[in-house]
Amino acid sequence: MKQQKSISEKLFAKLQAGDVSALSYAIRAIENSEFESAEIYNRIKADIGRTAVIGFTGPPGVGKSTLINAYIDCIRSADQRVAVVAIDPSSPISGGAILGDRLRMAAHIDDPGVFIRSVSNRGHLGGLCAAISGIINLIDVAGWDVILLETVGAGQSDTDLTDIADIKVVIQAPGLGDDIQAIKAGILEIADVFVVNKADMPLADRAMRQLQAMIDLRDDKNNRVPIVKTVATEGVGVDLLKAEIDLRSQKWKVVDRQARVKKRMHRLFAREVGRLMERKLASMNQSEFSQVYEKLILGDLKLNLLVERMVEELQEILGD
Amino acid sequence: MHESEVQMESPPRVLITKIGLDGHDRGSRIVAAYLRDAGMEVIYTPPWQTIDAVVGISRQEDIDIIGLSSLATDHLIIPELMTTLTNEGLDAVRVVVGGIIPQNEIQKLLDSGVSKVFGPGTLREEIIDNVKSLALSAQKLKRQKWEEA
Repeated sequence: MKQQKSISEKLFAKLQAGDVSALSYAIRAIENSEFESAEIYNRIKADIGRTAVIGFTGPPGVGKSTLINAYIDCIRSADQRVAVVAIDPSSPISGGAILGDRLRMAAHIDDPGVFIRSVSNRGHLGGLCAAISGIINLIDVAGWDVILLETVGAGQSDTDLTDIADIKVVIQAPGLGDDIQAIKAGILEIADVFVVNKADMPLADRAMRQLQAMIDLRDDKNNRVPIVKTVATEGVGVDLLKAEIDLRSQKWKVVDRQARVKKRMHRLFAREVGRLMERKLASMNQSEFSQVYEKLILGDLKLNLLVERMVEELQEILGD
Repeated sequence: MHESEVQMESPPRVLITKIGLDGHDRGSRIVAAYLRDAGMEVIYTPPWQTIDAVVGISRQEDIDIIGLSSLATDHLIIPELMTTLTNEGLDAVRVVVGGIIPQNEIQKLLDSGVSKVFGPGTLREEIIDNVKSLALSAQKLKRQKWEEA
């Protein structure tokens, strides 16, 4: 297994000073798990939790990148510095990827207040990538005010954003499904704000009504999720979206910032352990695995009990 | 830190783009797909990019290799791109060029710092092998820059 190393003093200092090349390099390193995420976290934890993370998700083709492009304009006119992390799927066959989200955000390339990074999900399911918490922390330390997170074109169950974003914007477009789709469990449940994009198209009002009907069925009448109509290509409705997001930002601003970061790190920790364990187990040789296999078949190996014992042991180790 | 411990497992990050006014992008799209199928992470842009945009994207995306397509004399502004990359501290990034480059102008590009020029008829494997090994050297240079005192 690859040895992880410490982040160099030079890189860390440049990162903290807001150097874009340093941030760019560090993101790659954390994607490759070259650094120990926990160690970086330890060094930077006093500095993180300042940046707001706004997630944009929705099915492919509803206009996530285009809406983010328009949203960047809004944020820039409020004089905040914005980083975009746009995630695209990798090929299940070669592992390669064409990362094309940023071509809809091309207008911002000369603006030093905008940082755009395309990230491959490298086979990770759930809408984001495995290293996302680490990437967010790095951008946070580098001093950006807002992070806009664009998920891969998301399916109904790609709800990774829940633990990662402070505010979750779920984007729909007209004509995607009937009102039964709208009451299904999954991605529609995680929204803090709904957007019906391409609102100049036919059926836009029907999409609005379907979402509204779903929201009306919910118990929490005091905390209704708003629906904003946008035409992202024209920038129409984006100021309304910003107003709704800002309204909700007030809520997380009063929550202890370290608590939000802690939630993110909890998720990261669980995932890293899972990933390292998977690698270790996958590299078992045949005779080692034969033992496991027999016990699994004979039934006296209960995976859930095994995991519980391992976690107990972990707690003991940490307790020492 | 021994070199072996930081063995590269990082897919090459490649920017496929065109600078100047020529809009013929079929070649660049095909090459982008080749590289994707070879396991690389490819940032693709439409044609008509400015030099500053190419430099900006390369910085933000931690690009190892810029692949420029030129079919109608836009290669003549590539030396200016090379100078800008160096001035902006991105001299680790390797640049390759593909398309129609007159024989007597290839040397000029190589002299300006371009690593490789691929003419018509270049095999897919040749492009992939070259891009892979150039990406390794770019990553090594970046690692030296950031991780050694």
